Amino acid sequence: MTQLIGLYSYWVVIVLMMAGLYIMIARYNLVKKVIGLGLFQTSIFYLYITMGKVEGGTAPILVEGKELVYSNPLPHVLILTAIVVGVATSAVALALIVRIHETYGSIEEDEIKDIEAMEPDA
Amino acid sequence: METLVVAVLLTFLVVIAIGIIVLRDLLGAVILLGVYSLVAAGAFVVMDAVDVAFTEAAVGSGISTILFLGALSFTSHKQKPRGHDSVAALVFVVITGGVLIYGTLDMPYYGSAESPAQTHPELAVRFIEESGSEVGPPNIVTSVLGSYRGYDTLGETLVVFAAGIAVLSILGLKRRRPEDEVLEDAPGDTARGASDNQQAYKE
Repeated sequence: MTQLIGLYSYWVVIVLMMAGLYIMIARYNLVKKVIGLGLFQTSIFYLYITMGKVEGGTAPILVEGKELVYSNPLPHVLILTAIVVGVATSAVALALIVRIHETYGSIEEDEIKDIEAMEPDA
Repeated sequence: METLVVAVLLTFLVVIAIGIIVLRDLLGAVILLGVYSLVAAGAFVVMDAVDVAFTEAAVGSGISTILFLGALSFTSHKQKPRGHDSVAALVFVVITGGVLIYGTLDMPYYGSAESPAQTHPELAVRFIEESGSEVGPPNIVTSVLGSYRGYDTLGETLVVFAAGIAVLSILGLKRRRPEDEVLEDAPGDTARGASDNQQAYKE
């Protein structure tokens, strides 16, 4: 039971990550794939923040003259960086998708493959 | 109590994730992704990560959604309703998830104060005890971001700059028309070949 409570958040985070991975593998729509990637990323943020939490702790902002328990600030810093980088990468992915749509008139992976097969030297 | 709130928010996240998988309408899926980020931001506040929460709410839920909506306005809203070969994907995902869950069995429990991440003398302990005198700002996250891990932040800025250049160069190419291409044949410019392909496909 203690194991269930202690590890519950990790397990749910893994379920969320696998939901994102499933979208990326099983959906042919390119925008949907990027949505799956975003889902996966946010789940990883959640995993890190979960590991930084200390029972009975408070936000890592120093208060003078009080002995407080602070949660671990290091995962917060790492994830701050990761959030911004994640948005930058999905912006590049979406720009590529816009260009693919202009070139092939479709954002469905299998349709694009068919077009490529019809035009081998394209 | 806090644990209960986190558990409820996590359950919300799972429901939203299932919604994203099931929805065929891309617009709805994008909005759900924004909601997902927002609920995650709420959970981050409960888990004491206030800086992460407002960055996630502003960047993950705000800017990211705007980017997706912008991309959708150039493409199409509907995912084609076609049966996909998802059994293999499902098996793969379940196996990967099972291995990962097996890996968590050794992890320190939620909220544990004795885990290595919390007790390493050079990391969290030093940041909490020394950053007030070594760096200055009362917010420890600011101190670590700007000072202890300053190069990390510099690298992040570089990545964002590179991504901005990449987006500009990818989208900038489409402004060229084929007739302009003949006049100024810039090396490495693929816009012409791309529009030729499109024409060929239409024929």
